[in-house]
Parts: sequence; C-alpha cells; structure tokens
Amino acid sequence: METTIKATNLTKSFGDFTAVDKLNFEVEKGEIFGFLGANGAGKTTAMKMLIGISKPTAGDAMVANYKVSTQADLVKKNIGYMSQKFALYDDLNIKENIQFFGGIYGLNAKTLQQKYQQVVENLGLENYVKQLVKNLPLGLKQKLAFSVALLHQPKVVFLDEPTGGVDPITRRQFWELIYEAADRGTTIFVTTHYMDEAEYCDRISMMVDGKIKALDTPKALKKEFGAETLNEVFLNLAR
Amino acid sequence: MKTVYIIIRKEFKQIFRNKAMIPIIFVLPLLQLVILSNAATYEVKDIQIGYVDYDHSISSRKLIENIKGSSYFENPIYYESAAQAEEAILKDKIELVIEIPQDFEKNIIQANYPKVAVRVNAIDGASAGVQNVYIQQIISNFNKHIRLESYNPAQQSLNYSSIESVTSFWYNQNLNYKTLMVPGILVLIITMLTLFLSSMNIVREKEIGTLEQINVTPIKKWQFIVGKLFPFWVIGLMLLSIGLLIAKLIFNTPMLGSNMLIYAYTSLYLLLILGMGLLISNFTDTQQQAMFIAWFFVVIFILMSGLFTPIESMPIWAQNFTQLNPVAYFVEMMRMIMLKGSTFQDTGVIFMKTFIYALVMNFLAVWSYQKKN
Repeated sequence: METTIKATNLTKSFGDFTAVDKLNFEVEKGEIFGFLGANGAGKTTAMKMLIGISKPTAGDAMVANYKVSTQADLVKKNIGYMSQKFALYDDLNIKENIQFFGGIYGLNAKTLQQKYQQVVENLGLENYVKQLVKNLPLGLKQKLAFSVALLHQPKVVFLDEPTGGVDPITRRQFWELIYEAADRGTTIFVTTHYMDEAEYCDRISMMVDGKIKALDTPKALKKEFGAETLNEVFLNLAR
Repeated sequence: MKTVYIIIRKEFKQIFRNKAMIPIIFVLPLLQLVILSNAATYEVKDIQIGYVDYDHSISSRKLIENIKGSSYFENPIYYESAAQAEEAILKDKIELVIEIPQDFEKNIIQANYPKVAVRVNAIDGASAGVQNVYIQQIISNFNKHIRLESYNPAQQSLNYSSIESVTSFWYNQNLNYKTLMVPGILVLIITMLTLFLSSMNIVREKEIGTLEQINVTPIKKWQFIVGKLFPFWVIGLMLLSIGLLIAKLIFNTPMLGSNMLIYAYTSLYLLLILGMGLLISNFTDTQQQAMFIAWFFVVIFILMSGLFTPIESMPIWAQNFTQLNPVAYFVEMMRMIMLKGSTFQDTGVIFMKTFIYALVMNFLAVWSYQKKN
C-alpha cells in the first residue's frame, strides 16, 4: 500500500511547553484516519504542522510525498482542508466560490465549469445556484465546503471537526460523501469529538497530552480496553 | 500572475456586491468634497458688532457709518452702556464692541489724541486678529479723512511722506478659499477612504476565518497582499478622477500643472497608504479595532497636514513630525501642481521622499504580515 502521511517524531514546542510530543504514525492511501483527543491535547497543533502552516520544532512528516518542514508550498498544493469554521465566502455564490477556490489551484475555466455542474448535481443545490452562499442551510454549507476542498483532487483532505453543529441526518450524509472520496483514493484525515463518527473511521488515534496513546481500528481498540463503546475507551484514556 | 488575477476578481466582486458600499465609496466622499469645500473657509465676514457711543457727536456717528459701510461687518448694534455691550458679548450676540468715549469729537478738533476702545472676543484668536485688522483699517481710513477735512493748520503741516505698499497676490489672485480647499479636501477623502477600506478589508478575512483557509492554499503571501490591495489602489485613482472632475466643473479650480503628474504622484502615494492599511490590519483582530486605529492616525494626519493650519506656524517638533505625515506631502503636492503649475523638477524632492516612505512602509507591512500569519 501507498503511504500518504508519515509522521516521524513530529514535535512542536512553545518554549518549555511541548504541545506535540514525538508523533509517529502512517496513514495509507484511501484510508479514513480519525484523529481524536480532548480539547488541548495537541490535535490542532499537530494538524497545523501537517497542512504546512506551522513548522515542526523537531522531527518531520511526509504529506503527499513532500516534507512539511521544507516543502510546505508543495504540500499545500496537494492537500485539501476544511475547518470547523465555515470558510467559503459568504458574499459570493456557489459558482464564484468554486471559481475562486478551484482557480487558485490552477484549474482552468472549462474544468471549473464541469466541477461546478458536478457539485450542484451531487449535492442537489439547483435551488440555491442564484443565491449567495450565506443563505444556504448549515448542513449544505458544510457539504459544499467539503466538495470545494476536493475540487483540485488532492491526495489528502484534512477535516477539522467538519460536522460541528450539524444534525445527525446531515452528518450521516456528510459521511457518505467522505466514503465516496475515500473510495476514489483520497486519504481522509479527520478530527472529531463525536464518537459515533469515530466509529466510521478505518483507524483512529487518540491523543493525550501531546502524545498518541492509542492507535488502531475502532474494533481493536474496544477489545484492547475491554470497552463496549469508543466513548468508554476515550474516557479511559483521557482521564 | 493568474492567481493574483483570481484574487483581484474575487475582491472586486465582493466590493461591488455590497450594495451599501458603492454609495459609501463614491457618493458620500464626493458630497463631502462639495460641502466641505464650500463651508471650510478661513474668511471672516458678516461679523456681529456692537457699539457704545458716549459722545453722540457728528464724528462718532460718522465713524459708525463707516463701519456700517464695510462689507465685513453687519449693521452695528447700539448699546447704551459698556456693561450692556459686555452682556451681549457674553450671550454671543456680538463678537466685538467699539466704545466711543465722551469728548471724542472735541479731542479730534483739539488734536488731543482722540481714542476709541475696541473689545474683541478673542476665544478664537485667529478670527479675533482678523476682526481687529478690519476695524483698524476702518479707523485708519477715518483718520485720513479727518486729516484732510481738518481746518487745523498745525495738523495739515504734518504732511509726512508715507510708504504705500503695493501687493499682488500670486496663484490665487482673488484669495478664493475654495481654490485652496478643494485640492486639500480631495486629498483627505482619498486618504481616509483607501486607508479605512484596505485595513478593514484584510482584517475581515481574519474575522470570518477565510484567512485560515487561504493560508492552507498554495496562494503565496505576496500574491494575497497584491490581490487584496490592488482594488483599493484602483478605487483611489477613480476617486481622484471624479474629484478632479468636480473641482473643474463645480469649483472651477485652476489646474495649471500636468494631470499626468497628479496621477503619477497619487499612484505612488496610494502605495504608501495601502501599506499603512496592511500594517494596521496586521496588528488588529477585528474590523472595529482596525477602524479605530486608522481613525487615530487619520485625525492626526489631517489636523497636522497644513490643510487647516499652516505648517510654518506649528511648533518645531510638530513641523518635524509633518515629515512623517503622508497627508502633508499630498496636500502640498496637489496645491503645487494644481495651483502653481509646478513640474516634476519642482516636486522631485517630495516624490523621492514619498517613494522612500512607501518603500519602508510596505517593507514593514509585508514583514509583519509574514510574522503574524
């Protein structure tokens, strides 16, 4: 199997405080990798290094075959990112957002038009094409943001709590989109606080105080900790 | 370059999509230009004056007639006593009072140093000074008259030679204040608008979280900065064009110098202001903060720009400070080019200073942008 993310002793310290302490893990092509941890465990800091906006203080990581420490620009070209904060432009419509976010990755006008039609069709957005994105319901906005993050066919997509504040039905639909993308070979790296979502992942890692305390499939983790649910596993570890 | 174009296209869409912004950007400032240029004047006219006449003589009446005849003063209001006149000043009914003492005429005839008292409300020192000059002119004219009409041979022999100065006013022959104010106010409008808009615009992306998204894309920092600021550079030049048109059509402001030179300088000047806007946005997290900081600088720049008070009469430290005041450069430049017809050779020093200033400002802005994001 092809490896798309490989962290080697990935570390970030701020002065005396080590936010991320020697992370080692690999994520394979097309895998859905859940990145779990309590607030303040260092998830966001680790993710910032993986997406190339923060330099590791020690160690390194390969993302889409590029080093985050020295080749951040190339990493950025080959990944997609969607944060918990809705990050499309509210005052542009769907097409304009696609033209902007696709265009900056170098997609040409023809491709953008195709992608736009695809997205509208896939998400059933026909009734919203004339409206500004701010008028879309939250669930649709999140799905749109995910589709926009995939426009340039990145090797890896990083999702930072993508379903915050979204109802369970929409969350379910959102995960269907994630599965589709993974089936096409896109690696998914997702952080979440919802344990039902964690169950959907191929493998999950649990971070506590800057370190990865557990990493395996949901099934294996539950077995290892003798727990009924991932929730119990999480509480066990984070305490 | 394609990336920069994509960013610029997006910016223009966002700016012009906001229906409320178009009048704010183009209509309000130009209304300001029309209103302020008509209203902001140092001219002191239609002064309310009162008088107290204890003499009730032909001479005293004649002096008051002379005041009445002056275009600077309203019809003088009569008060019976100095105390009443003082009360009127307290109530802001009059600005100054002229008090003619008893024996005024008698003293004139006897050449016994006739005197009148002039009391001016000097809270606003500048206009009090001007009012005093006007009244002195009237009194000195009055003096000449008595000298001519006087039958006193002793006084007639005092026919000393007096120096008469012949003044000609250059560049603004009619001392028209609008001529002075229009280029200056145009400068203010361009500066305020581009500074506010540019500083708030970048902070806005921080506020709504799209800047985080942008940072994860392959957009390079310089591309983002150029793409964000270019639209405001264009808007600044558009404002200049509309402003110059209004200056010509409504105020008939002289435009002796080359318009090319005005555009060349404004293009450079806008780079300086936009750099400043970027710098402000780097040190603020919300549009509100950016607005207040921009406002802080704008007020200082405007009041110390030489637009309302001459730089030459400021204290030395303040004069030195104006070296750092971009608005002062722009005001001086506009007045030089438009009203005096100064050429590139005449204005080369200011060009150079602005260029260096813009370079330093943009260096600081880009440097701090890279540090902060």
